[in-house]
Amino acid sequence: MKKLRVIARLDIKNNTVVKGIHLEGLRVVGRPDELADRYYSQGVDELLYVDAVASLYERNSLTEIIKAAARRVFVPMTVGGGIRKIEDITEILHSGADKVAVNTAAIRNPEFLRQAVHKFGSQCIVLSVQAKRRGPGQWEAYTETGRERTHRDAIAWIREALALGVGEVLLTSVDAEGTKKGFDLELVAAAARVCAVPLIVSGGAGSAQHLVDVLRTPGVDAVAMASVLHYGLLTIGDAKSALRGDGLEVRL
Amino acid sequence: MKLVVVDYGLGNLYNLGNAFARCGRTVEVSHDPAVLRAADALILPGVGAFGDGKRRLEALGLDAVIRSAAEAGAAILGICLGMQLLMDTSEEFGLHQGLGLIAGEVLHFHSHPAFDRSAKVPHMGWNDILPQREHPLLRGLAAPDMYFVHSYYARAADASQVLATARYGGVEFCSVVGRGRILGCQFHPEKSSASGLRLIENFIGMIEDSL
Repeated sequence: MKKLRVIARLDIKNNTVVKGIHLEGLRVVGRPDELADRYYSQGVDELLYVDAVASLYERNSLTEIIKAAARRVFVPMTVGGGIRKIEDITEILHSGADKVAVNTAAIRNPEFLRQAVHKFGSQCIVLSVQAKRRGPGQWEAYTETGRERTHRDAIAWIREALALGVGEVLLTSVDAEGTKKGFDLELVAAAARVCAVPLIVSGGAGSAQHLVDVLRTPGVDAVAMASVLHYGLLTIGDAKSALRGDGLEVRL
Repeated sequence: MKLVVVDYGLGNLYNLGNAFARCGRTVEVSHDPAVLRAADALILPGVGAFGDGKRRLEALGLDAVIRSAAEAGAAILGICLGMQLLMDTSEEFGLHQGLGLIAGEVLHFHSHPAFDRSAKVPHMGWNDILPQREHPLLRGLAAPDMYFVHSYYARAADASQVLATARYGGVEFCSVVGRGRILGCQFHPEKSSASGLRLIENFIGMIEDSL
């Protein structure tokens, strides 16, 4: 039986792990190596690193962080934030990451996604979608960590990117992100209906019940959490116990 | 003990090196036939398409080197695409010949008549492996979770060479294959946490015992 994945998300700025609300107002919450070790020892299924600044200078420090993590953490690692060129992907994969998540560059130039999939394979390329509610049953895709509008329907954009061959989708609700008030379940369900590849949902986890609620949605494969872990409200073990207690399959 | 990761341009060699280092062993990463011939064990990694992988091995002249190393008694561990390349043939984007070290074929999940089409392909994530027989490679691994990423699976012609299976989309497929010292796993042990590291330790132990 394939297991639902519980993923820890580490937003990186100036060699520290930071966390904001609605992807803004970043506060330092810890050191990347310490948090990676902690979540790995708690049984995390995957790590997601996001470059919160997405500058060239930041990239160099991020690759060093990934290299160090790859020596100690033996679960898949995904890296996103500021990936603009094929060479960026090469560099990140050579640091020890298994997958890269692309948002802004993909939506500005969908051909970039196609090239990335062709060169590295679908399994390496994750489409990152930052979705913000615009009305009932309507979400717009945002870029630049939730700041820039694209005037594109988020669900339609997922459909288009799937046709270009992305191997996984990371969906973040900008509205719910950092609030710890639960996932935007309506958004998650809408995305899950069109997503033929694994779907990771992020943004809003505040309790074990939130995780149960979102992972009960058909078509959701994984959940990514940040605040709730960084602030010690839940451990990976707590999360998995709750999911298992509710009859969901997780890796122990 | 000389462990060599076959570098043919596919697969995350850095992470394999890290995982073996965690198990106390240094691996050499090489595509030099002389280095491969001198190895006690070859690790054949791989991510990507079968045909591309085979072409790259052939272009470097490594397909023949790997086959003769296997005949000479070197241990081999194929990982993911590396396991699939051990087989005779694959139907990935046309019919391709593999290394032929293990009799069998590589098929798409959708080629299996019983596969549940509502299951997502690729099969990506953690899944239990189900050991089918006692084997030193699987020592201490009772129904552990391993990390898989694949759309194709290997079907060994000789069922006794299926050391473990896994289930996905209503189908049971070979997750660990072995013929003597030629071994392969469909999942990524280097990304499968403590269970994966245990399998790597077991592999190292098998080579130690035979030296």
